[in-house]
Amino acid sequence: MELDDLTRRRGEWLRGSGPESDIVISSRIRLARNLADYPFITKATDQDRSRIEKILREAVMGIDQPDRLMYLDVERLPTLDRQFLVERHLISREHAESHGARAVAIDVDETYSIMINEEDHLRIQVMHSGLDLQSTWDQINRIDDIIEQRVTYAFHPRLGYLTACPTNVGTGIRVSVMLHLPGLVLARQIEKVFRSLQKISLAVRGLYGEGSQAMGDFYQISNQVTLGRSEQDIIKQVGDIVPVIINYERQAREFLVRESHENLHDRVSRAYGILRTAQTISSEETMSLLSSVRMGVNLGLIEDLEIPTVNELFIQTQPAHLQKITGTELDSADRNIERARFLRQHLSKQSSKGNNN
Amino acid sequence: MKCQRCQREATYHITELTGSEPVELHLCPQHAQEYLNPASSAAVGPATMATALAQHMAQQMGLGQAAQELEQLDQQTCPVCGITFHEFRSRGRLGCPHDYIAFEKQLDPLILNIHGEGTHVGKVPKRSARGSERRIQLIRLRREMTEAVAEEDYERASRLRDEIRRIEESEV
Repeated sequence: MELDDLTRRRGEWLRGSGPESDIVISSRIRLARNLADYPFITKATDQDRSRIEKILREAVMGIDQPDRLMYLDVERLPTLDRQFLVERHLISREHAESHGARAVAIDVDETYSIMINEEDHLRIQVMHSGLDLQSTWDQINRIDDIIEQRVTYAFHPRLGYLTACPTNVGTGIRVSVMLHLPGLVLARQIEKVFRSLQKISLAVRGLYGEGSQAMGDFYQISNQVTLGRSEQDIIKQVGDIVPVIINYERQAREFLVRESHENLHDRVSRAYGILRTAQTISSEETMSLLSSVRMGVNLGLIEDLEIPTVNELFIQTQPAHLQKITGTELDSADRNIERARFLRQHLSKQSSKGNNN
Repeated sequence: MKCQRCQREATYHITELTGSEPVELHLCPQHAQEYLNPASSAAVGPATMATALAQHMAQQMGLGQAAQELEQLDQQTCPVCGITFHEFRSRGRLGCPHDYIAFEKQLDPLILNIHGEGTHVGKVPKRSARGSERRIQLIRLRREMTEAVAEEDYERASRLRDEIRRIEESEV
């Protein structure tokens, strides 16, 4: 399998199915691990990095059949391809933009991606659609066990798994759930939710994790503490809070439907209208409009569109995706035109399907 | 320069990068302490390594450590990878697994500050921790071997190479 094949596939977590998938987009768990016998990345020489990559490549290939796993040398990948992987949530922005020997292993279904030589030697990530933390954990735990059979991890009996940054020491786990919260944003309740999450040491971030803005009304909730609690406890803590937030979001949406139905319907319809007819459109505006449309579909205000299609459009209208799908490199102005064309094409297909009923 | 919250001299100059734009703060020791250790915060710890380090520094200052003592602490080095504590402080990232032992005295309070706990509970690798300890020595040995080669002390380099091989092979 090649990287370009991904453009024709729909990633696992975009399926739009899975529990509570009207509001929960995906569940993600990440583990940070390092080899015991090499320096962490900041102090690793180029030779160290090559050796680490080689050792981990062998260990990682043991996870799956060769035709189910794609191994990419990120250092050699063109910038556009790296950006494509970032947009798809398969590598971090840091991994795309740094230098030195580094790689990523991805499975055909895009349920797991394993970064080699990012902030730590190994960053294993598993993503499932909807609220599905327990089975996400089962999969990542298995992958961790398989790799650990072939290498020796840096581990301390009192401090746990040793990581480059002390903020990850112990379990090395980051459990996060991505939520779509347009109701809370519109009802101006979102700040209150953040503050209450901070009090129980849960972090809230935007669509692309650390340091990102909350585009498209997507928010990631994750644990901050990694030491002194078991993986199951941390998973439970995050898993328990999600239904509470889902409830708030549903209540916010109900409130909006009750109190300002016409305004809400208008907002959603205008968003849908612009997306279907604009001749040039930026990715920021697209995100914002798609968010309204997605909520509209959930609330039954738009009937000829499906959630998986909307989910896909969020990704396919991003800069690198657009260029890879159309097969051309485009500057910003041309991209905006192409994006509009792409949206018109894909959304008109939908409504003609609807009209045939 | 005056403290932004009172008339005293500002001795702390903090640049906050957590918002959309950098914010510069100039504070006296008392207001700096308050800023870095908000008593009202019910959250377990700071969100970022940078804030944790800043708080740690403030606490050190609060303990009345002289500038000279702090400089000494900063010069502490890890015998395995050679990183200084100062380097760690400026990057927020450690140099090797042994740093957790080499800088134990400084790191343990920092870790407690971040996580609210100091002891790991949860998954343990099937291989023992002793296996990990033994292999950490390889980092130092490899580094010394590179140095020996650079100094053209080939006898020492070859002794080190043999010791490295011995440890590598014993782990199979």
